[in-house]
Amino acid sequence: MLKYIVKRILMLIPVLLGVSIIVFLIMRVFSPDPAPIVLGQHATVEAANQWREANGLNAPLYIQYFNFIKGAVTGDLGTSYYTKTPVTQEIFSRFPATIELAVAAIIIASLFGIFIGVISAVKKNSFFDHAGMVLALIGVSMPIFWLGILLIILFAGVLHILPSEGRINPLLQPIGGTGLYLIDTLWLGDMEAFTDALRHLILPAVALGMYSMAIITRMTRSSMLETMSQDFIRTARAKGITERKVVTHHALRNAMIPVTTVIGLQFGSLLGGAVLTETVFSWPGIGSYTVQCILKSDFPVVQGVVLLIAVIFVLINLVVDVIYAFIDPRIKFSRKEV
Amino acid sequence: MTEMNEEKAIQSQTEVLEKPESQVKEMWEALLENKAAVVGLVIIAFLVLVAIFGPLMMPYDPNASNMGQSFQWPSAEHLFGTDQLGRDIFSRIIAGARISLSVGLAAVLISLTIGVVLGSIAGYKGGWADTVIMRIMDMMLAIPSILLAIAFMAALGKGIDKAVIAIGLVSIPEYARIVRGCILSVKENDYVQAARVIGNRSGRIIFRHILPNVLSSIVVRATLGISTAVLDTAALGFLGLGVQPPQAEWGDMLGRARGFIFTAPYTLIFPGIAITITVLAFNLLGDGLRDALDPKSRKK
Repeated sequence: MLKYIVKRILMLIPVLLGVSIIVFLIMRVFSPDPAPIVLGQHATVEAANQWREANGLNAPLYIQYFNFIKGAVTGDLGTSYYTKTPVTQEIFSRFPATIELAVAAIIIASLFGIFIGVISAVKKNSFFDHAGMVLALIGVSMPIFWLGILLIILFAGVLHILPSEGRINPLLQPIGGTGLYLIDTLWLGDMEAFTDALRHLILPAVALGMYSMAIITRMTRSSMLETMSQDFIRTARAKGITERKVVTHHALRNAMIPVTTVIGLQFGSLLGGAVLTETVFSWPGIGSYTVQCILKSDFPVVQGVVLLIAVIFVLINLVVDVIYAFIDPRIKFSRKEV
Repeated sequence: MTEMNEEKAIQSQTEVLEKPESQVKEMWEALLENKAAVVGLVIIAFLVLVAIFGPLMMPYDPNASNMGQSFQWPSAEHLFGTDQLGRDIFSRIIAGARISLSVGLAAVLISLTIGVVLGSIAGYKGGWADTVIMRIMDMMLAIPSILLAIAFMAALGKGIDKAVIAIGLVSIPEYARIVRGCILSVKENDYVQAARVIGNRSGRIIFRHILPNVLSSIVVRATLGISTAVLDTAALGFLGLGVQPPQAEWGDMLGRARGFIFTAPYTLIFPGIAITITVLAFNLLGDGLRDALDPKSRKK
């Protein structure tokens, strides 16, 4: 197992180098010159040239790329063209907001997705099954940002029970800590701030998690149906075990294997979905910030963020594969055979 | 009498062997048995009609501003109300159908063409070509597609034509992977070997012998791909990267109306419904096609 993990980690290096090349090519070769965007259209040619020189953009491309990689390996991703702040600082000040949102979304998606999927499979062809499948179909068809807008209209505009934007009331914002407001406020024992942060989190997390919930529901249902038709389930029933126990102890545990993979992959894709959700809810995370930076040609930030997201994405894939091998003994066996 | 019957039976069996029922016909029949797929197909047919004959159905010019008529709630005069510039939302949604469908189709065409070529080369040639192509595809898959599409848009510039290219490019890996997988699964079959033995060139073997046999997976993916492309187009439009004013595109309509979420919610509701219905229709058809093209589920 350890050999397999080490091999997979080593295989990540070329993938991440490739990602950095793709992003570098898009942002530095095909994108327009950032100087007039950063300095304004009225900047003189000399000023633009000076600015390019100061930011290392006059160097040959391979030198620029080499400098970027050299910095990235040592944790230096450069400085933002606009704020002059180190990119790592920009990223890590916003990253906890995105992580908190993505984790909340995947928890909501997994809980509801598995629940609806299991009930749909157990009560196949019932009203609940059809309703669950329609919900899943709508979930994969509805744009995340539109769902966010609908939730804002209903819960903030009509019912006035949940806030429509931001992470927390600025007066209640915890200082320092992990940057994960739910954990920080709980740690400080500030229940008012905790409740406020939770209320701010609900709508964006539901909007972001809806698509994943739909996918998890579908996967759980089909996996459960397949498992329920297996011989060992028939044996369990023949032994006189209650149906509830057959479902929870025998079917669900086996059906969860492919579902775990889907949940892991969905968590990775949530980071992409966060771009839109954060924009709708003015959520101060990495997604909305990246969109702004791409549009402003803030190269160092964009390169840093995309590289970071790619690292997380491939690491999640790796973790999912390892968990998969861990919970399904057949996979471990076949790998040993190989 | 019995002999005659036997003869007839043998004759009909031979006919069956000689002329099997057309696969396409069989699939079409299976598709029509799937109610959800039929619903999807009907909605798509309706959307196509709207896209083609839209100008005849629009009660107002979709791009004509009339500030005196801004923010009119839905009424008999303006079925879906008017936006901040007094433009009729119903007319703009009809106009948007053409853009959404054509962008969806064009983007899928780009990703499908490039994806099929790359996937075919990777699967058929194997070796270093496979390694290089598939590693590049893995790299592209490691970046969330919407982020990659936005990055492409930043490089290419704003505009619906650029959106088509960006959305098309980011979906290439999915098609390349599917086609590669399909080709690997059939390339050692006897009919491919036979085609090779009689001296066919690789291109001919791939396009004349292999691809028609793996077409079903590609068609299913392409149908579902249109729904993804429609969603991505709307997302780019929502972020202000799609069509340029005053053109009507559903995502762009949502993005521009965001500031009026509490004062004029109807400006945000109807474009969203249009996107959802379109995506839903292609998802229904794609799911139905998958079932119809899968012999196992057909037997069921």
